[in-house]
Amino acid sequence: MKRALLSAIAAGLVAAPALAQGIAPTQVAWEEEVAIASPLTDTAPDVENGRILMNKGAGNCIACHQVTDLADLPFHGDIGPSLDGVGARWSEAELRGILADAKRMFPGTMMPSFYRTEGFVRVGEAYTGKAKEGEVAPLLTAQEIEDLVSYLKTLKYQ
Amino acid sequence: MNIKAFLAVTGAAALVASGALAQQTGPDDDRLVVNNEIEVVTDAPAPDHMEFVRTIYSGWRFRSDETQSLQMDDFDNPAFVFVDQAIDDWNAEMGANGESCASCHEGPESMRGLRAELPRWDEDAGEVYTMEMYVNECRTERMGLDAWGWNSQDMRNMTALLASVSRGLPINVATDGPVRAAWEKGKEIYYTRFGQLELACANCHEDNYGRMIRADHLSQGQTNGFPVYRLKQANLVSKHNRFRGCIRDTRAETFSIGSPEFIALELYVASRGNGLMVEGPSVRN
Ligand code: HEC
Ligand code: HEC
Repeated sequence: MKRALLSAIAAGLVAAPALAQGIAPTQVAWEEEVAIASPLTDTAPDVENGRILMNKGAGNCIACHQVTDLADLPFHGDIGPSLDGVGARWSEAELRGILADAKRMFPGTMMPSFYRTEGFVRVGEAYTGKAKEGEVAPLLTAQEIEDLVSYLKTLKYQ
Repeated sequence: MNIKAFLAVTGAAALVASGALAQQTGPDDDRLVVNNEIEVVTDAPAPDHMEFVRTIYSGWRFRSDETQSLQMDDFDNPAFVFVDQAIDDWNAEMGANGESCASCHEGPESMRGLRAELPRWDEDAGEVYTMEMYVNECRTERMGLDAWGWNSQDMRNMTALLASVSRGLPINVATDGPVRAAWEKGKEIYYTRFGQLELACANCHEDNYGRMIRADHLSQGQTNGFPVYRLKQANLVSKHNRFRGCIRDTRAETFSIGSPEFIALELYVASRGNGLMVEGPSVRN
């Protein structure tokens, strides 16, 4: 526990200001192995930031997914399914689980695990091609996952 | 149309219906004839060792009409500026005793056929040899010169020249015999999900070719067109440099250019193109 806490703090130092960092990736309580019932932070989610993350930074969800609500943005990929209606298809806990570690819900999926820090082969330092030194920070922070979940919940219609 | 292309097309139809952006899908149906002379076959039945792909396609079939057309005439193909530089090097008396490539090999056309068979086992060296290794062996062993860097401009130019004289010949690399161990190693790398994004070559180039990943139209990641002239870089790109870029994009620690891992991967990926034709130096966006 102490080690986990320390590594969570170390990860937080790179990724986000200390307070909002929430439950560490290794400490998440999984429900039926695929869903996460409780929010990862106790800060209210920011839907608008969730919308921005769909397009930017380590989220970049529309690299693979199409979303009609984001049709003003160019270049939606078609590797994954359209996310129209996901807020109706999946519960909040399931959406949180899919974002944190999609490989639990969809074994073998191409979708990256955005809130996992272990089990990678030759992890690099971001996009430098060099080996990562020290603790691996998750692709998204706990708060960013919550922001994205709150945005996905708004996608109710096909 | 294969199943994957079919899925890609139906996926695009759904997209248009849902009001999102219309997308390019699958390989197109264009035909490649270079200089009104060289008929280049850009699709072929997949070699037997490929379990999950029925038809193989050159990367040319996934590029826009404008990019494609640059490759159809050597006067339009920007890579030929570099090929011309390599012809000068070929003829230059640069060896310790005044040797040139030409003094041993006559014209570069004498190398016709080689590009289609590489990488291959070299009996004397007792290892898998690539074009870069043959060029450097002549430089160091026969001309008393320093080796060129694997990814140096001189080397990329020379590999472009040596590819150009094999255009229109079918890729035919050996997958068994003494190269087998390297081939197996390359295959393992191809299917390993590297980096924090956990993506294998196969995720993009086998499972999803024809689809869009953001603004990129995914091809099968074939190497028959290498070295490629990339418009974005305004220069030639070697195979190993492309591999390095693709692995780096998975947020992984890459292998080095010229490493045994990349030589093995080069052999394996080349074998996935057995039946396509040499196109290098090709043009890509
Ligand atoms: C590299 C590709 C890729 C990226 C990037 C990606 N996904 Fe996915 N996603 C997929 C695939 C493929 C599936 C389908 C699951 C499967 O493999 O069966 C999927 C499934 C989903 C689902 C379930 C959809 C449904 O209708 O069942 C949700 C929700 C989702 N993704 C959200 C996201 C969000 C949010 C992001 C960004 C933070 C994201 N994805 C980034 C590939 C991706
Ligand atoms: C995240 C997706 C992704 C992964 C993983 C990936 N690539 Fe690529 N690759 C691309 C994109 C995008 C391009 C440019 C468009 C194209 O030609 O497919 C490309 C291009 C290529 C090309 C150039 C093809 C041409 O005709 O110019 C080769 C060769 C290649 N990749 C090989 C590989 C190999 C080998 C691996 C694994 C070591 C790999 N790629 C992993 C996305 C990927």
